[in-house]
Amino acid sequence: MTAPPRGNPPPPPAASLAVIATGSTNLASVLAAFRRLGVVATPTRDPEVVRTAERVVLPGVGAFGDVMTRLRERGVVEATSERVASGRPLLAICLGLQVLAQGSEESPDVPGLGALPVTVRRFPATSKVPQLGWNQIVANGGDDLVRDGYAFFANSFYLASACDGWAAAWATHDVPFVAALQRGPQLACQFHPELSGAWGASLLERWYASC
Amino acid sequence: MLTRRVIPCLDTRDGRVVKGVKFTGLRDAGRPVDLAVRYEAEGADEIVILDVSATTEGRGHALATVRAVREALGIPLTVGGGVRTVDDAVALLDAGADKVGVNTAAFRDPVLLTVLANRFGCQCIVLSVDAAARGTSWNVVVRAGTEGTSRDAVAWAAEGARRGAGEILLTSVDRDGTQAGYDLRLVTAVSSCVRVPVVASGGARSGADLVDAVRAGADAVLAASIFHDGVTTVGEVKRQMAQAGLEVRP
Repeated sequence: MTAPPRGNPPPPPAASLAVIATGSTNLASVLAAFRRLGVVATPTRDPEVVRTAERVVLPGVGAFGDVMTRLRERGVVEATSERVASGRPLLAICLGLQVLAQGSEESPDVPGLGALPVTVRRFPATSKVPQLGWNQIVANGGDDLVRDGYAFFANSFYLASACDGWAAAWATHDVPFVAALQRGPQLACQFHPELSGAWGASLLERWYASC
Repeated sequence: MLTRRVIPCLDTRDGRVVKGVKFTGLRDAGRPVDLAVRYEAEGADEIVILDVSATTEGRGHALATVRAVREALGIPLTVGGGVRTVDDAVALLDAGADKVGVNTAAFRDPVLLTVLANRFGCQCIVLSVDAAARGTSWNVVVRAGTEGTSRDAVAWAAEGARRGAGEILLTSVDRDGTQAGYDLRLVTAVSSCVRVPVVASGGARSGADLVDAVRAGADAVLAASIFHDGVTTVGEVKRQMAQAGLEVRP
């Protein structure tokens, strides 16, 4: 047996990568994707961690209103909004991107975080919904993190327009839609990079290295 | 534009991949994680695990299998087999599934689909419909192909989608494991009456069959034996699909 430590334990180091546990259930895939890159991602519900972690992932699966409710219950709405406003490293995935908007046709009575001045829309009634599968990404090129390729999507709602200050990558599912937005070390993906094979892994790696 | 998916299926039992003909006569085909990783490297768009374990111990193996596959797999993972309750679905999702497949329990209590979709989103809920030809139509078969019903399979698929299923995994029980080709009429009948994606399953013998299933209306094609037995590879099938003018992820 080892002796108990004496005195006050040292403060835990600030998490290098924290994943907001929204109560949605794709955490396992996100955590595993980072583990394959040799990065330990720590789930958190602590607003202070959301504020102080070097990098934060905002995942999301389910319904817009539910995710906003869970963020609110956990008291991380303000911390997440502050983080977005501050420009500090953030990766938002799928519904995580959508809750950055002002609202969504999915849950009309529930305001989003409001960082993006747009409303999330439903795919047309004539489209296959949900969009489930791999779609082609058309990137900006240049120094943007997102490159041309194929990414895995699982969504019924979408952003129709890019936002000032953010570089957009696009895809088409009957209508053109925003596949990703990037502003410095803040990356918001409508697709799931953690499920997008080697292309997605390299994107995660570039994002992590850019922060 | 959304591409057509090729999905290798791992039928697992007690932690091993097995494959039978028409749901019976199971034989060993390897370790799930080994096959899943190999198929991803070959270009698979997704992996489906259907657990056919009959016992509680076997179900425990299934969760361990999902964890092991999730750790290594960088593409979507759908897991089904024996999902009866919300808690069953939570256990599989926590273990690393991205989508859960439900079959018999949803047939007995269709409200389960709505409950699951409300909790996890419809994109997470796959309704497995096992269909047996009866003259010019198809009846639903439940309990892993062992119990016939008088319910029309096309009508059940449509109801399932209305109730919250975000995808239909459509298996021809008559063709499963026989390598006699997909039941293309069944694929067309179901895909023309639902808006959600339809995955065709049961009977693939060659890449040409997968092309035919997509042309019949399938959004994705699932196969097991032809990949496990080395009849063809995922990469070869996708090349054939591309040559036939179908959109696939290269």
